[in-house]
This record gives sequence, structure tokens and C-alpha cells, in this order.
Amino acid sequence: MDFDVIICFEIHAELSTKTKLFCRCPVSYDAAPNENICPVCTGHPGTLPVLNRKAVECCIRAGLALNCNINSRSIFARKNYFYPDLPKGYQISQYECPLCEDGYLEIPGDDGKPYIVGIKRIHLEEDAGKLVHSAVTFEASEYSLVDYNRAGVPLIEIVADHTKNPIRSLQEARSYLGKVRQILQHIGVSDCVIEQGQFRCDVNISLRQVKSPDFNERVEIKNMASFKSIIEALKYEIKRQSEIIESGGEISQETRLFDEVKMVTVPMRSKEDAPDYRYFPDPDLVELDIDRDFVRKIKDDMPELPGIRLNRFIKDFGISEEDAHLIIGKRDLSDYFESCVPYCTDLKKLGSWITNELIKVLNENSISIKKFPVAPKDFARLITLISCNNITEKIGRLVFKDMFETGGTPDSIIEEKGLKPIQETDILEKMVEEIMKENPGVVSRLKDGKKESVNFLIGKIMKRTRGRADAKKVSALILKKV
Amino acid sequence: MELCDYQAAELARLLRKREISSREITESALLRIENKDKTLNAFLTVTPEFALKQADAADKKFKEGRDISPVTGIPVAIKDNLCTKGIRTTCASKILEHYIPPYDATVVKKILQKGAVLIGKTNMDEFAMGSSTENSAFGPTRNPRDIKRVPGGSSGGSACAVASGEAVLAIGSDTGGSIRQPASFCGVTGMKPTYGRVSRYGLVSYASSLDQIGPIGRSVEDCTMLMDVIAGYDKRDTTSINVPKPDFSGSLSSDINGLRIGLPKEYFVEGLDPLVKEKVIDAVNLLGSHGAEIIEISLPRTPFAVGAYYLIATAEASSNLARYDGVKYGLRAERDQSGLEEMYEYTRSEGFGKEVKRRIMLGCYVLSAGYYDAYYLKAQKARTLIKDDFDRAFQDVDCIITPTSPSTAFEIGEKSDDPIKMYLVDIYTVSLNLSGLPGMSVNCGTIDGLPVGLQIIGKPFDEETLFCAGHAYQQIAERK
Ligand SMILES: [Zn+2]
Repeated sequence: MDFDVIICFEIHAELSTKTKLFCRCPVSYDAAPNENICPVCTGHPGTLPVLNRKAVECCIRAGLALNCNINSRSIFARKNYFYPDLPKGYQISQYECPLCEDGYLEIPGDDGKPYIVGIKRIHLEEDAGKLVHSAVTFEASEYSLVDYNRAGVPLIEIVADHTKNPIRSLQEARSYLGKVRQILQHIGVSDCVIEQGQFRCDVNISLRQVKSPDFNERVEIKNMASFKSIIEALKYEIKRQSEIIESGGEISQETRLFDEVKMVTVPMRSKEDAPDYRYFPDPDLVELDIDRDFVRKIKDDMPELPGIRLNRFIKDFGISEEDAHLIIGKRDLSDYFESCVPYCTDLKKLGSWITNELIKVLNENSISIKKFPVAPKDFARLITLISCNNITEKIGRLVFKDMFETGGTPDSIIEEKGLKPIQETDILEKMVEEIMKENPGVVSRLKDGKKESVNFLIGKIMKRTRGRADAKKVSALILKKV
Repeated sequence: MELCDYQAAELARLLRKREISSREITESALLRIENKDKTLNAFLTVTPEFALKQADAADKKFKEGRDISPVTGIPVAIKDNLCTKGIRTTCASKILEHYIPPYDATVVKKILQKGAVLIGKTNMDEFAMGSSTENSAFGPTRNPRDIKRVPGGSSGGSACAVASGEAVLAIGSDTGGSIRQPASFCGVTGMKPTYGRVSRYGLVSYASSLDQIGPIGRSVEDCTMLMDVIAGYDKRDTTSINVPKPDFSGSLSSDINGLRIGLPKEYFVEGLDPLVKEKVIDAVNLLGSHGAEIIEISLPRTPFAVGAYYLIATAEASSNLARYDGVKYGLRAERDQSGLEEMYEYTRSEGFGKEVKRRIMLGCYVLSAGYYDAYYLKAQKARTLIKDDFDRAFQDVDCIITPTSPSTAFEIGEKSDDPIKMYLVDIYTVSLNLSGLPGMSVNCGTIDGLPVGLQIIGKPFDEETLFCAGHAYQQIAERK
């Protein structure tokens, strides 16, 4: 049997505001446990929430970037449930009247044509804290502690539309997630670092036998820690569900958890056990009136969307399409690239150095571009030096390593380490003569017309000069001698 | 008469003239507490050392003639659902028996800043749920007029403290009548301001959309002094409203010439004690004979009020009280627990009293899937209609007068077994909370020694008219 698939994501992205959603505690990821807390975000009796305007702005910005309508009237609601990481016993979220509704996102469809994925709503809510167990697993733990640093951090939830142009394949799922993440990063609303839990999602999936009119019940999957596990979970679930249908069974509406170790989904709760969150409008917060001018201002200040930026990188800067995609993949990298541009004459090489050498250094040292110590100006200078054959690529890599480690400029490092290129013709000529004398066999082969033998001699010279000789010049000199 | 029995306004005058000291007043009130509170049980926590320290600080201010406000040096009792930094705040619940807040409520902060003397924290119905102060985990408060009887509730401790001289002024909170009804039962003056007039920051929430903090005093004038201190917008409470704040005590007048007073016919029907009715009508007529115009009005949606109130209040309460889970502060059951569920279950079973549990369950039911529309939404619609009634009435009148309660103080235990009977005690007061309107209870005589309260209802943010009508009545009644 063949099956059609519908996949529907609920993406949670933590906003990169300076402070929490309802108090002034800082949002940071390297604080000691329970350092960023106050009576409000730990739910002390009598405390009240005060809405962070910046977070509303971020949510609306995301809504505009994802082509949503921005509601002029918006309401915060309480989602009631008990868990130790939820200090008030309810989460302040949105239910009726979210900030943004009815959006869409264009992705490359499986048929090669652009596909418009429907987005139902984007709303603003607060995050919960984190439980820290005394052992690796909850079951083995003697006790658990709660860290409320994350409690009250603003989140947006982006809910894809289950009925209007849903995602139809794993490939589309990948594109959608990647693109949403890219957009959120580029418009500056979230860093979306998956490892830090800044970008998480739940997913609904339902199947239908091809040509059958109705889809089966949908299953929700939770607890996936990476893009990879999302795709694995979906793969597993497609297989599981199609096997059930093929054997004449029925899919029941339920929520399942993804097991990262066994790479399978396991039942969490059935539809009957679904919690009743008893949503109701939060009486501690007034209804939001979203001013049209406020929205217009956010629209006017909207950073460039990644798709437009990509085209500009290719068209205006002439970098390769592949490099452009890689760079646009990360907003910080794109920003770094752009801040190098004014100082650099060879943008194509700049692009390839960023996607090769720079990313390699970042990965090897597992740091983010934000913490990368080389100033764009210095990096651009290095590329220019290579591009003008002042240094070879090989020396360039040595200099780059040094720049990264010491923070020096390329020129000073070249000077200090004696990596200055040997340009003087008399020195090179002398060396060429010596090498030719030492390798008579190669020289005679060269004289016989074996042109590639020249490279062997150049290599020898490079070795002697530790790569500092100008290869073109050396080659010319050898050929002249022959 | 001891110093602690004086009106706050009179004490303020004597203090300014330096005829008496704050220490003397405070010591007199502390002595009264020592003598009487074993019986009355108006206080859950008394803070003698802190109070005397503040009294001395106030006396220093009078000596130096600086930073003096009308409440400087006056002993004030605070209801135990307002957070006081470093002083335990229990809400009369076992679940918060040992809870010490890390911060001051905005109102408490303002009172301390103005140099008033915080003398202690007063008893109440647990989490302000009740009309008699019998639902306190630490024993009921008794009515100082008759110790067999309740002081009303939920701010029963505050009203009792003011009536008995254990404090000169007090702060209460009012969600469905919790300031006005005990003021009525104890024969003092109590005011619930317009919703949004006073910051709720630091008031432990019962029902957020109905709760409001207000003053209790021996006279209208005393209440205005406290209102001047506590009123005003607070950026920590986004439901507080940023409107100009009048000078309540400074502008207090007793000129009721041409004041149009509405008498809603729905409030003078069956269920109202005829003797209470008589006292209230007498008082209205007295105002009428001094220049006020008495107009009969109708508030036809009145019968919906108690129902709507209990649906909305319990819905909000069920969510507001979810935070007491034994995880972060307050009680955690010590019984052996198999896991998280049992920790919650035991903690909340041991920590909450019967009435609180009843309201949490009712509220959860009201909000649950399938019932939300029929109960919660319908109650909200009724709320809108009740508010419309008042809006319409206020086109023709400047204020409305009703009884505060259908009866005088009842006996301890008389209604505690019958929640419905108890809920009907609030019949005249809950509409104001649903509509956000200001209301005040002023004593208008006694029946068999038990005080009767007159409720004056005003337009939103027009507390001044209430104060004027109440003050006029007290002036006239005093002269009589
Ligand atoms: Zn905080």
C-alpha cells in the first residue's frame, strides 16, 4: 500500500529578549541554577505579571515574517496543570485571540515547485523551569531539584495548519523546520540553539491510503531533542502506522514520546487521558490592544529576510550558490560575512574561506561565531593577502590559526613569523639553479617536454622556503632556465 | 477612653501638636491586644518590637518636624493576606503557616513609607474565602460587640481590631464584601475602592478580577486618610488604572445639598431583616431631610449576582491557589509519599481547609471542558448585565444606598454548616465587585446592641462622592 502523509509542527522558540516575559529577570544561558529568579517568576503569593513589550514585538515580527495577520485584540490565558517546574501551577499562554493568525511559509515542494505551508497561529507564552534529577534517569533518582532560571522566559509557539496546505513528506518537513529556524534567526527574535532548548517542537502526523478520502487519526509525538530525532521519529511513526493500517488495524489518537536511545516512539497517553487544561483569560493581565502604528513600525524595522539576503549575496557579492546557502544558514555567519565585505576585494574567496576554514575552526573549537575572536577587518585582510598572491593558501591557513589563537593581525603575524613571501628574483633564481642541479633527472625529463615535471621542482622550492616562494614566479624562472 | 480608642484624625491632630506621642498610642494599642486578643483572636501575628521601633521613628519625625503625613505614628493592622517582608503572611491557612514573604506588598510599602505603625497581621477567612472569619485555620475571630457572634468576614480580624481598639486603622481586602460586611457587623467604616484604584501587588490573590484592597476605620474621615496613602497606579499591577488621584481627606466635605441618592427596590425585598431595613430607611430619610434627593431605582439583574459571583470567584481561585503545591514554599506534607502525585495530594489535603477545598473544586468544575460555556462564560455575561444595570442607574443618581448585609452579626457556628446560607450573606455586596464599583459601609445604628451597616455605592473612580455622603451622615448622626 502507498500512503499520503500529513505532518503538522508545533514549534517552540525561545525569544532572545534581555528579560523574561513577565518580570525583569535577565534571560541568560550560563547562569548558576536559580540565579535569575525573583518573587514573580517563582510564583510567590501576591505577585503579578507585567508584560514585556519587547517580547510582544518579537512575536509580531515573527508573525509578519511568516505572513500572518496580526490581531488587533489579543488575550493571555492560563493553561492550568501541576508540575514542579511550573511555579504558579499554570502557564500564562494564549488560547483565544493569539497575537498572530493565518500565515504561511513558502518552501521547495517535493514536486520541485514552491509549496505554501499553512501556519495557523503564532502565540506568546512563558517557558517553564527545569528539573535536575539526582541520577541520569528520573526513575533512578533519589531526588530532583528545580532550576527556575528558565521559568518565565518568553517563547513563541508556531502552529502549522493541519488542514490548510500541510506538510506532506519528510523532505518538506526538513525544509520547513530549517526555513522557520533560519527566518527566526535572521529577524533576530531567537537564536534557535537547539542544544540549549531554544528551538523545540512537537509534531502531529496522520496517514491515509492513497486515493482514500479521509486521513486516519493523528498521533502527536513529543520529546525530540534534535532535527535528526524529529526526522527519525517521523520515519518510525510512518512505518508503525502504515503497518497497522496494512494489517487492518486502526490508528488511535494518542500522544507518544520519542525514545532517543532506541529511536522508537512509545505511548505516553491516549486521547481519553488528555489533560483538561481549563484555559481561561488571565485576570491579572489586561487585554492587549495592538495599535496599527505599532505593527507598522515593526514592519518598517524588519530585518532582511533570509531568502532576500541569499539572492543579494549571490547577485551583489558574486559568491557561489553553495557557499551562499551555507552562510545564510546561520544568521551570525551572514552578519560576519557582511561585516568583512567592505574590507575585502575578493568576495568569492571570502565566501569559500568562511564556509571552509572558518567553519572548521569553529567546529574544532566548538565555539559560536559570536565568540569568534578574529575581527572581520583582519579576516578580510587575510583573504585579500591570499587573493593577491601575497601569501599562499597554505601559509594563509597557518596565519589564520595564529590569528585565532593570539588575536594578532595577519600582517603582524606574517612579519613576526618570517612568513613574508620571497619575491626577490635573484634569491629565487639562485634557489632554482640549486634545485635544478640537485635533480638532473627531472630537468632532463622536463627538457624532453614533460611539462608536469615543473611541479615537482616547484614543490621542492616550496618545501625549502616553507611555502613562502611565489609559485608562479618560480615556475616562470624554471621554464626560462630550461 | 484610651488613646487607642480615638479616631485616627483626632490622634493625627494631637500628634502634630505634640500633645501625645506615637509610642503612647502604640503602647496603648499593644496593651489592648494583650488584654483582649486572647478572646477576640483578631491577630494572627502581633509585631510589638517592630511597632515600637516605628513609633519611635515617628516620634523623631514629629520632633524634627519633617516627613510627617496624616498617618505618621498611627497604629495600623494589616490583613494577613498582604505580603509583609520578613513578617509571616499566612492567609489564615495552614499551607502558609510559616511563610515569610521576601517582599512588601505595594500597599504595605506605601503605609510604611508614610510612617504609619504596623502593629500586626489580622485574622481572616482562609484565603479570604468566607463571610464570618470562622474559616480561619487558627480559630475564629469574635465580634467585640458580642463575643458569641462573628465579626463578619473575610476581613473580620481587621474590622474587629479597629472596633476593639487593638488598632486605630486597618487594611482589609474585599472580593465580594469582605471589607464592608465585617465593617457593618463590627460597627466601623470600611471602604472597597473602585477596581484598579489600589494596587493589588502583594495581595495574595483569591479572585483576581474581584479583589480590591481598602481601608477600615472608625469614621469616614479616618478611611480617607488611609485611602490617600494606598490609592494610586502601580506599574507592578497592570490592572491598576492610571487616573489622577484626588486628595481624599483634603477634599472631604459633608455638603449633600442636591445629592441624588438611588434606592434600588431589588435590595429591599424578602430576606432582608425588617429591623435592618428600618434602620437603613431611617438613615436615608435623614440624608433626605438634609438636602439629598432620594430616588427609587431598579437594578433588575440583581438576582444573578450571587450565582455569577461564586462561579467567577471560584474559577479564578482554583487557578490562583494552584501554586501552593509544596514545591517552593509553605507546607509540604511529611507523610510518606510514593511520588509527585501524592506529594501534591497530601500537601493540599493537609494544607487547605474545607471551604477552600470546596471552592477550588467548584472552580475547577466551572472551568472544565464542556462546562466552561455553560458556567464561566454565562457568569461573565451576567456580570456584564449587572454592570449595565449600574451604568444605567448612575445616569440618574450620584450614589446608591442599600443595606450592607441582610442581617446583623450572626452567632458563631450558626451558618457554618450550610454554605448556601453563608453565601447569601453577600447578596448586597457582591454586585459591586462584579461591576468594579466603589462601596462603603457606614454604621447606621444598632439592633439589640448589634451594629447595622449602610452601604453607599458610587460611580467608578468617584470615591469622593461616597466619602461625602458617608461623612455627611456621620456628622448629622453625631449631632442628633
Ligand atoms: Zn523573575
